[in-house]
Amino acid sequence: MILDSKIPAGPLAEKWEKHKFNLKLVNPANKRKYDILIVGSGLAGASAAASLAELGYNVKVFTYHDSPRRAHSIAAQGGINAAKNYQNDGDSIHRLFYDTIKGGDYRAREGNVYRLAQVSVDIIDQCVAQGVPFAREYGGLLSNRSFGGAQVSRTFYARGQTGQQLLLGAYSAMNRQISTGKVKLYTRCEMLDLVVSDGKAKGIITRNLVTGAIESHAGHAVLLCTGGYGNVFYLSTNAMMCNVTATWRAHKRGALFGNPSFTQIHPTCIPVSGDYQSKLTLMSESLRNDGRVWVPKKVGDNRLPTEIPEEERDYFLERKYPSFGNLVPRDVASRNAKYACDEGRGVGATKLAVYLDFADAIKRDTEAVVAAKYGNLFDMYQQITGENPYKTPMRIYPAVHYTMGGLWVDYNLMTTVPGCYALGEANFSDHGANRLGASALMQGLADGYFVIPFTLGDYLATTGAGKLSTDTPEFKEALSGVQQRISKLLTMKGEKTVDELHRKLGLTMWDYCGMSRTAEGLNKAKGIISEIKKEFETNVKVLGANEEMNQSLEKALRLADFIELGALMVQDALDRNESCGGHFREEYQTPDGEALRDDENFAYVAAWEYSGDNQAPVMHKEVLQFENVKLTQRSYK
Amino acid sequence: MNTMNLTLKIWRQPNAKAKGEMKTYKISGINDHMSFLEMLDVLNEDLQKKGEDPVVFDHDCREGICGACSLVINGRPHGPQQTTTCQLHMRSFKDGDTIYIEPWRAKAFPVIKDLMVDRSAFDRIQHSGGYVSVNTGSAQDANNLPIGKEIADEAFNSATCIGCGACVAACKNASAMLFVSAKISQLAMLPQGQAERKRRAESMVAQMDAEGFGACTNTGACSAECPKEISMSNIAMMNREYLGAKLTSEAV
Repeated sequence: MILDSKIPAGPLAEKWEKHKFNLKLVNPANKRKYDILIVGSGLAGASAAASLAELGYNVKVFTYHDSPRRAHSIAAQGGINAAKNYQNDGDSIHRLFYDTIKGGDYRAREGNVYRLAQVSVDIIDQCVAQGVPFAREYGGLLSNRSFGGAQVSRTFYARGQTGQQLLLGAYSAMNRQISTGKVKLYTRCEMLDLVVSDGKAKGIITRNLVTGAIESHAGHAVLLCTGGYGNVFYLSTNAMMCNVTATWRAHKRGALFGNPSFTQIHPTCIPVSGDYQSKLTLMSESLRNDGRVWVPKKVGDNRLPTEIPEEERDYFLERKYPSFGNLVPRDVASRNAKYACDEGRGVGATKLAVYLDFADAIKRDTEAVVAAKYGNLFDMYQQITGENPYKTPMRIYPAVHYTMGGLWVDYNLMTTVPGCYALGEANFSDHGANRLGASALMQGLADGYFVIPFTLGDYLATTGAGKLSTDTPEFKEALSGVQQRISKLLTMKGEKTVDELHRKLGLTMWDYCGMSRTAEGLNKAKGIISEIKKEFETNVKVLGANEEMNQSLEKALRLADFIELGALMVQDALDRNESCGGHFREEYQTPDGEALRDDENFAYVAAWEYSGDNQAPVMHKEVLQFENVKLTQRSYK
Repeated sequence: MNTMNLTLKIWRQPNAKAKGEMKTYKISGINDHMSFLEMLDVLNEDLQKKGEDPVVFDHDCREGICGACSLVINGRPHGPQQTTTCQLHMRSFKDGDTIYIEPWRAKAFPVIKDLMVDRSAFDRIQHSGGYVSVNTGSAQDANNLPIGKEIADEAFNSATCIGCGACVAACKNASAMLFVSAKISQLAMLPQGQAERKRRAESMVAQMDAEGFGACTNTGACSAECPKEISMSNIAMMNREYLGAKLTSEAV
């Protein structure tokens, strides 16, 4: 298989413009002849649904939530980047492009990332026009802040609820199309398979979560806007229902999976407090602007933090990275917290936490100033932990946050299954091996508002508006496959609950395929995952019936796919004999313990092909071409 | 860390048509660091081990923003704190407590199963007019439209509604006016919302009535229980918008 990224030739700044002109158009009167299926209603899905319906296509949107507004985009806190340069501080499209490529540790495509930076400016205009209440200055103009160590202030924000406001904007645009009938909404409806016929995506199989009805939907194209798969780790900052099923099922139907092991671990989360823990809560990384990270110098020091004198504290980030200090990138901060805990210097009851201390900031700026900046975060911390961070240091620990990997897509966002597209976090395309803060919202909306409306038309114009039918052998095969999966789970009557097995998978992934990886550990993980798979397939306990609201069944169907994905992530991490971004292989580090890339051998996207149950997947390489940036080693010393 | 033993009285109802009832469960060894929903997770694991159907409830982000979770706990939507159920922790309870857990109760929110209700009426109200009609690609530069900080902040306050439905559950009339007014006010305050201002107020209020929500009698329970502290002044603004629209509009 030859992977064609379809990046247009020519100068970087002209690629998208030229490409748009070369794309075929669908005649306005013909658009109503096409049915588009969109799975997922977050930023990517809702923005695509609204934009495509405005163009005249018939759109069906599927979400497993009770309302599209619950999609996990809603939880993004920090902000959205755009190269507006409203602050006149030296930002430009090229600089946003450069920062994103470099931040991704040179494992993303130049062409895609440049386009992302180009359309970023249009996103802000669109959102403001919808009535999204971004933060403003007294003069009435939009406010910006610097985020995630960026040298310019290009982040637009709505207090700590930017994701919520952007999602409600996209949701409202979609609602307008629902009211006109151009978008038909299916809530509490989960995609369980992709239907491919004549080599093209022709529809999906869904389960109505209230009635259990298994249904077929045919469309001229299928857009997967289903987010990331961080919940393979069981504990993550993702919402409880986030899952990989839609993209994994597409993978099993022929869509290659790009860089599955590229995972972002966020350094400032509230630590695990016990075995019952169901999810982890992120605290905005803006806290590191004023908080100082430390652990006791002594191993096993059980004194209260306030009783440990200054000279017995190790401010390890400031010590190891004097120029960036506490503001080193997410991957570096996370890894160093892990090392401190591995050495036995972790704090709190579980010893899996480090301190984030605001005592100096409070002394310097007063408690009132600190409260004005971080009050809501301090309140949230106190609500969850019962501790007052104004009086005692916060305890933080890294947690899985975002997955850079996802379905491989070309420049048109099409997967290797013609007619099946992946948008937003569900694809692999723009963040390389590490995502910068405030870039996830940007990518989701770029794909939905400004990329897919152009690129989808080219495919539709080429393939034509053929008659749709669900009465085909392919639909029947997929439908009965789903029914069999369900009945197998319900009749197994094993001993282990879904959550027990999911926890075990999560722990394995976290220990061996998390912040720091070794060939030895990854090989061990392979064995454990195949045991978990066997146990799941023979000994899982799922009560109840299909024909009712059955949350255990939903979780079991998702876990089946997470287990298979976990195995692929481990394979991918094992295969990549270098360290880059969030992928840190202990065997490949500089003498100072920093990630050591191998550009000569690994400057490629690993795109994995499914080759059957219990068969080794096949890896295809898309070699990355860098014509506009020079590859350098990241250094934060 | 303290552990506690609790008695839970939980509404069980197999489906929309079945008759529901309160059932009693004993649960022990609950850690006060757990969230309320994690306590229910523990109960559900116990029930499944025993071969009993786990309790169904809506939940997702578990960080107080998606608006999915929705329980009436000891008679109060989202329980004793003014927050979402997912952000309520067991340290708000003590050893030996009996806790009553029920679904949102409103005609417009029929029970799907156990503690899960159907809130699609909220979406249909939004479909009827909760938007600014602007196609993708036709926006002007964002800074061509200055909006004073005070107005922007006020609009933001209204926009923080998470659509959980606690306002309806708290109201003796099951009125949705706090929810509806938050969206009407947000867009009525902003310059972007002016063109459709009257039409929006009329359509959304009409849809709200069609869904079977009750009227507002100004007791303020909605705002007092709202996890995002949406203010009652939104309702006053909506009434003004609606009356003004009815007196002058030719639209609906």
